[in-house]
Amino acid sequence: MSAILECRNLVKQYGYFQALKGINLSIEKGKIIGLLGPNGSGKSTLIKLANGLITPTSGEILIDGKAPGEESKKIVSYLPDKNYLNEWMTVEQLVRFFHDFYEDFDAHAALEMMARLGVRTGDRLKNLSKGTKEKVQLILVMSRKAQLYLLDEPIGGVDPAARDYILHTIISNYNEEAAVVISTHLISDVESILDEVIFISQGEIVLTSSVDDIREQQDQSVDGLFREVFKC
Amino acid sequence: MGWTFQNDRPIYAQLMEQIKRRIISGIYPPGEKMPSVRDLASEASVNPNTMQRAFAQLEQEGLLYTQRTSGRYVTEDEGRILQMKEDLAKELTESYFAAMEQLGYSRVQAVKLIAEAEKEGKAL
Repeated sequence: MSAILECRNLVKQYGYFQALKGINLSIEKGKIIGLLGPNGSGKSTLIKLANGLITPTSGEILIDGKAPGEESKKIVSYLPDKNYLNEWMTVEQLVRFFHDFYEDFDAHAALEMMARLGVRTGDRLKNLSKGTKEKVQLILVMSRKAQLYLLDEPIGGVDPAARDYILHTIISNYNEEAAVVISTHLISDVESILDEVIFISQGEIVLTSSVDDIREQQDQSVDGLFREVFKC
Repeated sequence: MGWTFQNDRPIYAQLMEQIKRRIISGIYPPGEKMPSVRDLASEASVNPNTMQRAFAQLEQEGLLYTQRTSGRYVTEDEGRILQMKEDLAKELTESYFAAMEQLGYSRVQAVKLIAEAEKEGKAL
């Protein structure tokens, strides 16, 4: 199987602070991966490196065998942890904007999902609630036919019903040609849709395992194990 | 019948159990086509690969079979389904005994309690 995302001795340093301390990682297509770790463990840093928003201090990160850049952006669909869209645009304008921007964007699917979640497409982004804004962003990101989805805290601000719908969306958009990486704290909500989990702590990977292996070997859920490993 | 999962056991094993119950109760009748992995994964909110694993295992146990082009079907062997039903009934009975033993009841006492409960049920 081919790795869509690969890290080799990946280090990221901010001044004296080492955010990532030599990560080695390989993510294959066809998998849904949970990137789990406490606040400040390096999850967002890793995702930003994969998007080429920041560059490695040393080591390398490869998307489909190449360093992040123009080519990788065509195949990576990224949901940042904060809003980056123009607040004055309406939802419909945003859909058209994405349609112009990405070849692999399915505007029809996006509008259908907006309708399902009760998002009014004539509304400007700035007039939407925090949760609705998150829904809009996630729908835009999931409406691309990408090979790698990087979702940084995708369900943090939405209500449980919308959360279910979003997880359904992720499962039904799933295909063997794409990998989905979800970084989140809300482990019990996403646990059942994950193939594998990566526990990251203080810039290092402390565990990679399949969800069912954890349950089989530890007799507890990933959520339970997380609470044990990262007990404060 | 909704899909629910406990925290202490693998999800694929729980999927297998719940699919078995659906076969026994006739939601998926013998010889009928099963929903696709993707549809059922979406319905149960689980990873498609996990559902695939449950299907593969059920196939190994002879409860599902694949027809080369048209998908997966429930076994037509009703004897096999009956056997599965009995296995499940035995398991439930054993887990009742185990729970009662934890409360300090012997098997004989537990049987007596069941008989009493059955009588009371009839009286109502």
